[in-house]
Amino acid sequence: MTVNRREFLKTAVAGVAASTMSLPLTRLAEAAARELEKGWQWDKSVCRFCGTGCGILVATKGGRIVATKGDPDAPVNRGLNCVKGYFNGKIIYGADRLTQPLLRMTNGKFDKQGKFQPVSWEQALDVMEEKMRWALREKGPHGISIFGSGQYTIHEGYAAAKLMKAGFRSNNLDPNARHCMASAVVAFMQTFGIDEPQGNYDDIEHTDTAVLWGANMAEMHPILWSRITDRRLTHDKMRVVNLTVYGNMSSDIADLEIVFAPNGDLAIQNYIAREIVARNAVDWDFVNKHTVFATGPYDIGYGFRPANAEKYASAAEMETFRNEKVRILDKWEAIAQRRKEGDAVEQKNAATPMKDWAIGFEDFRKALDPYTLDFTAEVAKGDPDEPMDAFKAKLKQLADYYCDRNRKLVSYWTMGFNQHQRGTWVNEQAYMNHLLTGRQCKPGNGAFSLTGQPSACGTAREVGTFAHRLPADMVVMNPKHRALAEKIWKLPAKTINPQMGSHYVKIMRDLEDGSILFNWTQVNNPWQNTANLNHWIKAGREMNNFIVVSDAYPSVSAKVADLILPAAMINEKWGAYGNAERRTQVWRQQVPPPGQARPDLWMILELSKRFKLKEVWGEQKIPGLKAEGFEDGKLPSVLDEAVKLGYSPESTLYEVLFATPENKKAKWPDPIAKGHPNITATLLKDGWFPEKALFEEYRQFGTGKAHDLAPFDVYHHDKVRGMKWPVVQKEGKWVETAWRNNEQYDPYVEKGRGFDFYGNNGLSLVVGDLDKPGDGSRKVDISHKAKIYFRPYASPVEKPDAKWDLWLCTGRVLEHWHSGTMTRRVPELHRAVPAAVCWIHPKDAESRGLKRNDLVWVESRRGKIKVRLETGGRNRMPRGMVYVPWFDEGVLINRVTLDATCPLSKETDFKKCAVKVYKA
Amino acid sequence: MSDTRSASRRDFLVKLAQGSALAATAGTLWAYLLKQEVRAHPFALRPPGARAERDFNAACIKCGQCVNACPYDTLTLAGAGGDIPIGTPHFTPRDIPCYLCPDIPCMKACPTGALSPALADINDSRMGLAVIDLENCLSWKGLRCEICHRECPLKGKAIVLETHPRRISRHAMFMPIVHSEHCTGCGICEKACPTAEAAIRILPHKMVQGKIGEHYRLGWTSETEITQEFQPSAAPDAAPEAAPRKAPGMDYLNEGGL
Amino acid sequence: MSTDFPRADAQASLARLRARTLSARLWSWRTLVLRRLTQFGILLMFFGTAHWGWEASRDVPLLSGNLSASEFMGLFPMADPFAALQILLAGHVLQAEVWTGAAIVFGFYMLVGGRVYCAWVCPVNAVTDLAGWLRQRLPVATLFALSRTTRYFVLAAALFISVITGVAAFEWVSPIGMMHREIVFGMGLGFLALTAIFLFDLLILRNGWCGHLCPLGAFWSLVGKAAPLRVRFDADSCTRCGECARVCPEPQVLNLKKLDQSGWVTAGECSNCGRCTALCPEGSLAFGLRWPVRVRSDNPDQSNQSTRGG
Repeated sequence: MTVNRREFLKTAVAGVAASTMSLPLTRLAEAAARELEKGWQWDKSVCRFCGTGCGILVATKGGRIVATKGDPDAPVNRGLNCVKGYFNGKIIYGADRLTQPLLRMTNGKFDKQGKFQPVSWEQALDVMEEKMRWALREKGPHGISIFGSGQYTIHEGYAAAKLMKAGFRSNNLDPNARHCMASAVVAFMQTFGIDEPQGNYDDIEHTDTAVLWGANMAEMHPILWSRITDRRLTHDKMRVVNLTVYGNMSSDIADLEIVFAPNGDLAIQNYIAREIVARNAVDWDFVNKHTVFATGPYDIGYGFRPANAEKYASAAEMETFRNEKVRILDKWEAIAQRRKEGDAVEQKNAATPMKDWAIGFEDFRKALDPYTLDFTAEVAKGDPDEPMDAFKAKLKQLADYYCDRNRKLVSYWTMGFNQHQRGTWVNEQAYMNHLLTGRQCKPGNGAFSLTGQPSACGTAREVGTFAHRLPADMVVMNPKHRALAEKIWKLPAKTINPQMGSHYVKIMRDLEDGSILFNWTQVNNPWQNTANLNHWIKAGREMNNFIVVSDAYPSVSAKVADLILPAAMINEKWGAYGNAERRTQVWRQQVPPPGQARPDLWMILELSKRFKLKEVWGEQKIPGLKAEGFEDGKLPSVLDEAVKLGYSPESTLYEVLFATPENKKAKWPDPIAKGHPNITATLLKDGWFPEKALFEEYRQFGTGKAHDLAPFDVYHHDKVRGMKWPVVQKEGKWVETAWRNNEQYDPYVEKGRGFDFYGNNGLSLVVGDLDKPGDGSRKVDISHKAKIYFRPYASPVEKPDAKWDLWLCTGRVLEHWHSGTMTRRVPELHRAVPAAVCWIHPKDAESRGLKRNDLVWVESRRGKIKVRLETGGRNRMPRGMVYVPWFDEGVLINRVTLDATCPLSKETDFKKCAVKVYKA
Repeated sequence: MSDTRSASRRDFLVKLAQGSALAATAGTLWAYLLKQEVRAHPFALRPPGARAERDFNAACIKCGQCVNACPYDTLTLAGAGGDIPIGTPHFTPRDIPCYLCPDIPCMKACPTGALSPALADINDSRMGLAVIDLENCLSWKGLRCEICHRECPLKGKAIVLETHPRRISRHAMFMPIVHSEHCTGCGICEKACPTAEAAIRILPHKMVQGKIGEHYRLGWTSETEITQEFQPSAAPDAAPEAAPRKAPGMDYLNEGGL
Repeated sequence: MSTDFPRADAQASLARLRARTLSARLWSWRTLVLRRLTQFGILLMFFGTAHWGWEASRDVPLLSGNLSASEFMGLFPMADPFAALQILLAGHVLQAEVWTGAAIVFGFYMLVGGRVYCAWVCPVNAVTDLAGWLRQRLPVATLFALSRTTRYFVLAAALFISVITGVAAFEWVSPIGMMHREIVFGMGLGFLALTAIFLFDLLILRNGWCGHLCPLGAFWSLVGKAAPLRVRFDADSCTRCGECARVCPEPQVLNLKKLDQSGWVTAGECSNCGRCTALCPEGSLAFGLRWPVRVRSDNPDQSNQSTRGG
């Protein structure tokens, strides 16, 4: 064998080249990556964090997630992620992951004052069952409660709702979405009679104007923001307006930054409406065909504890709380509400804030009269250093955008609107201006409520894990809705409790006053995320009650708990989320949970095995219950009826509610799993596929009611990247709905109507005038119509004064998700933003003898926390306001915040209270 | 006697020569070591207000008072045998960056002026310059990271975001760009960068900064007017009387054939 | 040099020394103990300030810095005048703070004796003392002799090299600085330099570093010539037993002729370590204050004034 010289030289050279690594580094890296990626298995999943709902792909090997990537086929994000999303794969591998149930014990027995000790699941569930029985015995169904979540999977939320409402006959289930979306929900329901946005994210690519009202999308919806920015860069006409109470990242792209004073948005919206009417920019055709004008009472309180507040509150707190009974109107409210300054207005409608009635257009116009440019600018200017004329010019520019008939416009909002003492009102005002100008339900035109959480829509709202809700927008107070739910769930009539349960803040208050004795917290962190925390921490630790917290990491809430259950995280179980554009997305279990961590669904199902019908379906005391067809204060026994339905009093809730013969038809294993495991099904050992069965059962609620979902398997198809409901079958294919209430897109719109707000079909509204509903003799049918509400300006209940001289606003940062239990376990994210800081205007710092990086106290009437001061960076505060994010459990800012809520939605206003800042 | 005297004189001269040789050798070695030590510093990041590296090395008395004064434990004194000139203060931003105390305690603690008291505003300090590895920066790949930009104490000045449409979808790219005019080199960005190896790093200015030639001005940077009343330069020297023996170009012209 | 005194006196002195009681023996270590206390006390103050945030009062560090430059209780600065001089020669005009500090330190050592720094403050002293103590007890043969004036050449070289290299020549290689920095600020390979000094002193040249090479010691020697605080010599009681010279790290300073003439240990190289005063069986050597100071004391006229006989 001969090798000629030339060939020899060639190989020699190649050998040398390889050995000296003269290849480009990128190519070496590629080769290394290919080697590393051998044996990786990819599957589709969803980002764990915000409401945007980005698709991701997950790679696993050897039972571990080894990588993730943005899903290039996901229409939301097209392969991109924000930096939180970039770390999806790491959140489950935090060093202090909980892997074993922990119970407070002394000498081997539960003790509320004891130290946490590891226990088996059997022991944990035994104690949980015993304590739940105790609470039910002492207080009836009202004695127990669940804090649910907008981060529940759809299956978990559905199972929790069914267990509580159908099983325990208690409506005390409320999600953290109450803190997040409730105002949007009530406004949707009041205006359109059906929840969730009509538009979708594609509005961005159709519109000419994006108006942000209290939504710092640049940080909180990073991927949507990159779409808005792209539109701004590629479409000449595109304008971006940022309405906010402080300069933030979204202002960087904005053409117009309007810094307004807290609650000033209420006045600005009415100013715009006044301009629309005055400049004859009303789309009369749309308004006449599709809307009615309406209003409601102004004297609705502030959502504080309605009775005996002084029993639990300090004297300083009472200074604010006493407004719940009587409000002395300030100058601006007097003008805005057509009253006199100093009027003491008894808050008569604090218990009935939802009342509404129809008014005429002339009344509506009269109501808008006070909202002149001068008045609005005076009330709403948020930056004391901005010249009045400049601010007025900005407001005028904004009104110009709304009045320009040739301009498409989308309003976006998140917590700025929703966490608002008049959150429902201000949401409804957004619809007011869009409906007046005929800009709703059209591509590029619409008022779009963004969600904060990954499944605030999919689980909290659509499934109905709220204290008043049933699936598919139904409510427990409505006998027809109850009857329908009882039919689908195969329950005896009158099983479901007709009395609205305790909402999130009220569950806390009920724990404080002892009317709730048992709480189970799932997939959220109530003792970090609830305003006026000092009260609730004390209630949790010092009252005679029992608190169970399911969590993946030792959170503040876990520290408050008596029993901690280690929870499986996102890709450790099967799941589904629904994002802000009605897109339902699913994932399979990719990896096993660590140690003894278990899915929340499994916990719910296991608990249900421990209760029998005879214990919960007998007669039950419900203090204060008053409902048609029910004896006062009582739920009837439905055991006899149950027997007729084929149940036995000895049947367990598991058999009756979950592992029903129908549900057991969904078998595990199932080919749709493609080999993926299912820990829930495996642990249950009875051969059914709970996630699939529950989804199919849940689907019955929405089908035919404009909430239609496709079958479970359709979502799991390799090509499907979620679908926007209603998903209806057309010619054998499942088709999503891009824009609702619009004939062009929505199969539920009656032919020929063009636009159809069918959510209000069959409803009517009493006719009244601006101040009162009238005698009820005259009613208007509001079928197919949306309501245009007039809602007045109202001042914040607590404002800075001489002693508490600064506004405090709270919120999030891009790098951390909510209370940081996950993102703070990612070392890179923790390193990037290790602690919360207090943003302050440099002059405010200087006038207090403070400088950047100083450690300061932020103190309110309710509590104080220590935090470092920041005068620069991402937020530019106006003088008079500070901002502290809430992700940091070392800076528990919710010890300071005020638990005022929107009286309609019961959603807390985390955005405004009065504080002082001084050197620590 | 004269023998012994001359012997002792010779002895003395030899000893003198030996001593001088020894001193010269030892001295040269010493000086060489010093040069090496002082030169071994291209990556040293100095505290705020530090004079130019050479002057700093000359002035620093290595007392560590700046180290003691730093409230964040940012600064360390270089140990013997490391890459940084021995005993001098420096910092490693990925471990602990400079948090830009408005009162500049390290500078105030410096007794020698190696950290110049001329630094009045901490934002005027120039400890180094942030440099982005465009190939490994998440934001430059289109992800919404930009942590460096948001965490930058001089956000919007030292690090700005440039937005561009992304070709393959309807998303925009937010690309962080560093401006040396404002970058203090505090290194908060390097600390915060979430990639496995930081994609933004602080380097001494002279390792990264280029310079446009003095002979050229960018056309759009300032208004230029045609000079009126042009002043001619002085008349050239009068031509010498005799032609020189050599003139430019002749070597080439006379060389070889065509 | 022969002596006029009978050997018997000296023998008696030595015998008395060897027959000391245990307590007397301990007592003769008193200066050693005091020296170590000041050396480590100063080190501890630096260390405590750097690591434990020791403060004189709120926000006032106790003793910040190190032996090169420091600030005491926020009250007054201190600086090494030799380091300052090198930096100046390297071409850097220093701030007033350093000059004030250098002047304070310089003035202090002018009064107490320059090389008090070496015996009472410098941390390397503990290392070289240990090497010296060991060498006395080990059969280490003398390898070569080196003039004790070498250090003055090193001093000159340090200043000269500072000028030509533009950096403080000695500060960049100083094992004293390394040791102190690394103890106070903790890091590095400086201990290797220290080990080298220890081995050099132990195996190569007795008192090699402090007594022959250290330019800082040389600097302080020059300063110390004029100090009022010195060891006084009482020729009458001295039995010429030679024990002082045996324990002295700079035995040339105990030149009896000069001592006889002036009645004081006048040489700047004396570090006032007090070994001789604590040990002298006759009490002939003791600390004293001389005033006015006469630097040049080899004037024969003055030699007559020395007290003799009686």
